Amino acid sequence: MRLQPTDDDIEFRDRLRAWLGPALASLPEKPPHDDWPAKRRYDTGWQRQLFDAGYAGVSWPKEYGGQGTTPSQELIFLEETERAGAPYVGCNFVGTLHAGPTVAAVGNAEQRERHLRPILRGDHVWCQGFSEPEAGSDLASLRTRAVRDGDHYVVTGQKIWTSHAQVADFCELLVRTDPDAPKHRGISWLIMPMDSPGIEVRPLKTLTGVSEFSEMFLDEVRIPVANLVGDENDGWRVAMVTFGFERGTAFVSELLRSQVLVEDLVRLAASRDGGAAWADDGIRRDLTIVAAELDALWAYTKRNVSRAARHGNAGAGGSIFKLAYHETRERLGALAMRILERDALALDEAGGSGFDHVEERLYALSLSIAAGTAQIQKNIVAERVLGLPKERQWTSS
Amino acid sequence: MDLELTDEQTSLRDELRRFLDDRLTSEGLRACAELPGSVDRKLWSQLGEMGVFSLTVPEADGGVGLGLAEAVLAYEELGRAAVPGPVVATFLAAGLVDGAASGERVVGAVVDAAPAVVEHLDALDDLLVLRPDGLDLVAPPTDGRPRSRPFDPLTPVHVVATLPQGSRLGGREVGDRARLVGGLLSAAVQVGLGEAAVVLATGYALERHQFNRAIGSFQAVKHLLAEAHVGVDVARAAVHAAAVGLDEGGTGVGGTCGVDSARIVAAHAAARATATCVQVHGGMGYTWEVDAHLLLKRAAVLDVAFGSVEDSVTARSQALATG
Repeated sequence: MRLQPTDDDIEFRDRLRAWLGPALASLPEKPPHDDWPAKRRYDTGWQRQLFDAGYAGVSWPKEYGGQGTTPSQELIFLEETERAGAPYVGCNFVGTLHAGPTVAAVGNAEQRERHLRPILRGDHVWCQGFSEPEAGSDLASLRTRAVRDGDHYVVTGQKIWTSHAQVADFCELLVRTDPDAPKHRGISWLIMPMDSPGIEVRPLKTLTGVSEFSEMFLDEVRIPVANLVGDENDGWRVAMVTFGFERGTAFVSELLRSQVLVEDLVRLAASRDGGAAWADDGIRRDLTIVAAELDALWAYTKRNVSRAARHGNAGAGGSIFKLAYHETRERLGALAMRILERDALALDEAGGSGFDHVEERLYALSLSIAAGTAQIQKNIVAERVLGLPKERQWTSS
Repeated sequence: MDLELTDEQTSLRDELRRFLDDRLTSEGLRACAELPGSVDRKLWSQLGEMGVFSLTVPEADGGVGLGLAEAVLAYEELGRAAVPGPVVATFLAAGLVDGAASGERVVGAVVDAAPAVVEHLDALDDLLVLRPDGLDLVAPPTDGRPRSRPFDPLTPVHVVATLPQGSRLGGREVGDRARLVGGLLSAAVQVGLGEAAVVLATGYALERHQFNRAIGSFQAVKHLLAEAHVGVDVARAAVHAAAVGLDEGGTGVGGTCGVDSARIVAAHAAARATATCVQVHGGMGYTWEVDAHLLLKRAAVLDVAFGSVEDSVTARSQALATG
C-alpha cells in the first residue's frame, strides 16, 4: 500500500494544473438556473476545451479517441478539475460516461465512427432512456415496445427520469423487442436520434424546483435497425457492460464538493451570530464526525480506484461508497439547516457565502434514490459480497 | 497511489489469520478468562515470535523492519480473533522495553489519572504510563483493587489510586507518538472486531431458519448486515490510509485520512457491526453463550484506550477550525 503518486502521476497532475489555470480564466459566465439551452452551450463548450487540450474521455481507451489514462490518473483529473472549480461534466454525462463507453465496447465500426468523436468534442449530447413509470428498481420489466418494420424499429412507450432530454441529440434507449422471452432476454439497446418524429419531452420539476429531468413519450418513433447496438434481445447485457469497467470514480466531484461545503459551514458556524453555532458542542461534534466520514470516504475512493487498477473494476465498491456517502451527506444537509436556522427558509442567498447549502440539503435526498436506491444497493452488498440469498425468486413476467 | 495490499502484505495477513483461527477457538478464547489477567502467555510469546509486536522495530534492532501499514493489517487480525490482552500496549513498548518485542513480557498501558483504571493488571510485567509531557515505564502497582464485574469478561480491570512515578522512556514527542500509534492500532483492532461480527452474524443468518427460510433472505435482516459491512469496509480503508500516511511521513493529524478520522469511523463501525451481530442472533444474541457480546464489549473497551475516541473528535474539530 502507498499513497505517494508515481512520477507519471506527478507529471500528469502538473501538466493538468498548468493547463487548467488559463483554461478556466477563459470560461464564459455560468448559465442561469434552469436555462437548459444555455447550460448545454456552457457544458459542451467546456467539453470542447477538454477535447482540444487532449483531456476528453480520460478513461476511454486511446483507440476510440480517449486518453487511456490509468484509474489513478482519472482520479487526479477529477480531483484537480473539481478543486480548481472547473465545470461539472453536466450535459455530457450520459455521452462521456455511459452511452459513449457502451458504443465503444459493444458498437460496430460504423457506430463508433459516427458517435464517439462527436461525444468527445462536445458536439453531441446524449440522454438515457432506461427507466419507465412501471420499471424503476425492476428495470428489466420495461415495456416500451419496438416492433420491426422492414429496416426500422417502430417504438412506442414512455420513459422517465431522462436527464437533459430537452437538449439531447441522441438517446441510449432500452426497448422490448421480444415480449414473449424471459424479461432480461427480450430487451434491445438502440440509438435514438432525438429529432425523430413522435418524441414528446415533458420536463419534470424536482423537489428542488428545477427541471433536471423529463418524461419522454414515444409514439411510433421510427429508428433504423442500423442503430441497434449489440444483438437484438441482448440489450440487457449491453446496458450492464459499463458496470464491468466501473472504476469507483463516479462520486469524486461530489465528495470533494461535500468537503468544501463542510469547510464553508465551519466558517459560517464560527462567524454568524458571534460564532454561536461553532460554540455549540452538539453542532461542532456532528460537523466533525461528518468531516471524519468524508475523510474516510476519500480513502475509500482511493481504495476503489486501486482495486480497479489492479482488477479492472471496483466490484461492489461503488455500491458500498454510495451507501456510506448518502448517509453522511444527509446529515451534512441537516447540519446546514441547524447552522443557518431561519436563514435557511429560502433557497437563494442562504448563508450568503456563495454556496447553495439549502439547495444542497434538498439535493441530498436524491442520493439514496438515483442510479439504484439505497435498498437495491443493500441487496447488492448483501447478496454479492456477503453471499446472502435473494428474498424470493421472482419469476419472469 | 495504491491502497491494495501487496502480495507480501496479503501473505502476512493470511498467515496470521490461519494461525489465530487454529490457535484461538471460541472455547480457547473463553478459557483465557481463567488465566491471570486473562492473558495466555504462551500465545503471547507465539505472537512475539511471529513478529507481531516488533513489526515496526528496525531489523538492526531485532525487529521485522516493516511499517504501520503492515501493523494495521496484523492488528485487524488480532481484532478478528478478539485476542485478549494489551496487544497494542506491548507493540508500543517493543524497542523501548526489553522483552516486549519477543512477547516474553506482557506490557500494559494507561493514560495517567488518579484513580486510574488499569486493564489486565494481574498479567502485566511492566506498565506504560502516558503523561502529557512524556512516556513513563512503571512497575505494575500491587495495590490495585479489582473491579468484580468487568464490562468485557476478557478485559479484567483494577482501580489504582495513584500510579507510581517510574522511569522516563521519552519526552513529549515519544508520548504523543505512542498516543497516535496506540489510537491507530486500536482502530485497526476495532475494524477486525467489526469484521468478525459481520462474519459471525452472516453465518448465523444463513443457517437460522424461520418461516421456512433462512432469515438472511429477509431484506430486514440482510440490510442490517449490508449496513454493518459498509461501515467496516469504509473504516478499513480509512485505517489503511492513515497508517500509510504516517509511514510516508505525514503527521497523522486532520484531513485525508488522519488517525483521528480513522479512529472516529472505526469506532462507529465497530459499535454498529457488533450491535448488529447481537440483533441478528435474536434472543441468542442476548445470551452469554454466543460470542456476539464479546465482540461488542471489546470494541467498547477500545473506544477509551490511549485517550478516547472523543479526544479524536476534539482534535479533528480543532483541525477543521484552523482549516
